Amino acid sequence: MKDFWHRFRANKGGIIGLALLAAIVAVALLAPLLFPGNPWKMVARPFVPPFEGMKFPLGTDTVGRNVAAGLAYGGRVSLLVGLVSTLAALLIGIPVGALAGYFGGRIDDLLMRVTEFFQTVPSFALAIVIVAIFQPSVVSITLAIGIVSWPPVARLVRGEVMSLRQREYIEAAILQGLSTPAIILRQILPNAVSPIIVMASLMVASAILLESSLSFLGLGDPNLMSWGYMIGAARTVIRQAWWLSLFPGVAIVLTVLALNLIGESLNDALNPRLSRRRS
Amino acid sequence: MDIEPTLSIEHLTVDLPEGADRPHAIRDVSLQLWPGRTLCIVGESGSGKSMSANAVMGLLPKGVSVGAGRILFGGRDITHLSEAQYQELRGQGIAMIFQEPMTALNPLMRIGAQIAEVFEAHGRLAPAERAARALQLLREVGIPDPERAQFAYPFQLSGGQRQRVVIAMALALEPRVLIADEPTTALDVTTQAQILRLIKDLQTRHGMAVMFVTHDFGVVSEIADDVAVIELGELVEQGPAEKVLKAPDHPYTRRLIAAIPTVEFRDEPAREEPLLRVRDLVKEFRTGARVVKASDHVTLDLMRGETLGIVGESGSGKSTLGRAIVQLVTPDSGTIEMDGKDISHLRGAALRAHRKRIQMIFQDPYASLNPRARIGRILTEGPIAHGRPRAEAEARARELLSLVGLKASAMERFPHEFSGGQRQRIGIARALALEPEIIVADEAVSALDVSVQAQVLDLLEDLKQRLGLTLLFVTHDLRVAGKICDRIAVMQKGRVVELGSVEQVFRAPREAYTRSLLDAAPGLEVQP
Repeated sequence: MKDFWHRFRANKGGIIGLALLAAIVAVALLAPLLFPGNPWKMVARPFVPPFEGMKFPLGTDTVGRNVAAGLAYGGRVSLLVGLVSTLAALLIGIPVGALAGYFGGRIDDLLMRVTEFFQTVPSFALAIVIVAIFQPSVVSITLAIGIVSWPPVARLVRGEVMSLRQREYIEAAILQGLSTPAIILRQILPNAVSPIIVMASLMVASAILLESSLSFLGLGDPNLMSWGYMIGAARTVIRQAWWLSLFPGVAIVLTVLALNLIGESLNDALNPRLSRRRS
Repeated sequence: MDIEPTLSIEHLTVDLPEGADRPHAIRDVSLQLWPGRTLCIVGESGSGKSMSANAVMGLLPKGVSVGAGRILFGGRDITHLSEAQYQELRGQGIAMIFQEPMTALNPLMRIGAQIAEVFEAHGRLAPAERAARALQLLREVGIPDPERAQFAYPFQLSGGQRQRVVIAMALALEPRVLIADEPTTALDVTTQAQILRLIKDLQTRHGMAVMFVTHDFGVVSEIADDVAVIELGELVEQGPAEKVLKAPDHPYTRRLIAAIPTVEFRDEPAREEPLLRVRDLVKEFRTGARVVKASDHVTLDLMRGETLGIVGESGSGKSTLGRAIVQLVTPDSGTIEMDGKDISHLRGAALRAHRKRIQMIFQDPYASLNPRARIGRILTEGPIAHGRPRAEAEARARELLSLVGLKASAMERFPHEFSGGQRQRIGIARALALEPEIIVADEAVSALDVSVQAQVLDLLEDLKQRLGLTLLFVTHDLRVAGKICDRIAVMQKGRVVELGSVEQVFRAPREAYTRSLLDAAPGLEVQP
């Protein structure tokens, strides 16, 4: 563990990413304290430009809502959806990949055809359809993102499990009379955890992007403020009020960047042999 | 002698990066290479023997650098050349051949073109002549049918042929020094003997100086004129081969030579009670249209309490036989009987219950232990899966650790904290945890250094006597088989070609193939 932290620290990007993400998470968590009251509430005249007073540092939007409050509350939705939908994707992808990789043969064929079915349908279009069918809500959006993003997890886990299955220690476990579930859960998966963690950190980022895109199209949860919704609502006035789309846009970029930096750094720390050579 | 050494290493020290297990890979080493003579550098893994070869070629890995001393080649110091100067030197002055010929060749280039590329890189010969010279070199290193072979890709050649190609490339520019880093370790014994003969032959013909890095004293006795022994980076002994092998001065050299397994004939009464009967076992592997018969109607009995050696070259089916007996592979046909019951078609719970009777020790001590499991867990999960209470299994694991010569505190540690030999002991403890009747050892000592190998062999022998085990010992090394086995089965192309007591197989082999294996085994001495 100490060793891991040491290697993680060796990559400056990871530290920057971690600090950035910590700041974003802190603002999102503290939103009700920083901005008491509903972010949907109109608090001033519309189109107050940013940096003109301490009261509305990032200005107000088309109907006079506080942009800063919107960003803080929107962060809660983005992070929550990103995290939960990634967990959902892992929950589907890991078992599918593990079973396909361990048993091979027909089971592998069957599970991989199903996976390919999901991979061949454009994921964004599928997400739109799912959200549209189930009515836009946080639950349906999270579910939709989870459903469209598990296939890469399944493929990754399948490949890892296939190669780990050939190891002598797995054969030794078979000879020791361990049951198949015990071998998969206790011998194989713990050794495949590193690439899964790396992939998951990057998936949170892409889930946040997907959620923003859905909200941008107006398929977000109508009761919750979100970054994508803010950009979507501001696109008609982009020439008069640049700040309405810029700030949520920057928020998305920074969050995704932070997660990517962390993912990269995790990759270096967890797979020291694969990482670029440090001299 | 008034001739100059071709290459002379003077007080060379190679520094390791900070945080390595010792400050220097090699320290204050002085060696001379003479034209027409072979210097063998012998040492165990981690001794720094390969580093000395890499230092000469300017191929030290990142972070490793020459700390002191110099290397003189033809009177010129080559210790601190620039990369361009090294490129000039490599191939023309000093050439190198590597351990694994498959990875030393470009898999996408025909071998003739690869040899011709050597000339191109150094701007030698007209383009038209290069191919002709490549062909000539292939002929010289004894590639069969060189006219056709020059258009072959590396994967189409056997391991020995690939090594010949690598040697041809090394010889292309007539270097004065040839450095060979374990060039025969990845090869079968018969192939190894051929390659050793080829190197010897070429050396006399071209008057080269050869530096031969190896861990195997058998190979040393076949090829060396001079020997240098390295222990943990220090040169402990050097001298003419005759002297170092017959009358070594340094205790480390004596220990290494004593550790070489020697054939022992036992006068124990033959054991007659079969514990395991293999009958007409067939296993084929298919890749596309190619069918490999790994087991071709194998029939043999394993007697209770004996050690049966299965020897053969790679691809002979010896491992498949071992794996079929422990049921990691399912045979296509034939039976494996234990107590009169066919065990080769057990499934599910019956198979899991049966597994504890036959256990296996694996070849690679680095790959056979789960890197994320503590030793305690590795040794207890089998017994617990078979219904033992945890506390009892843990007590038993501690006993086993002391039985294989490790401390009970090992329970809390992870595999990477142990050396190769210690890991192999853990592997043995794991095999014993289920109190099996038969242990299959698949090349169990092949990956270990000779001194460690000797210890592990002694341990196995001791455990076998104490616990009344029956051992099936799969190995490619006849010396090891001769030391530990009561009977030996020689396999070739999936068939058992000869089966008999060690004495009969070594002294009076019935088959020509067995005889060729015995002839090829380096350093094998059997009193007639």
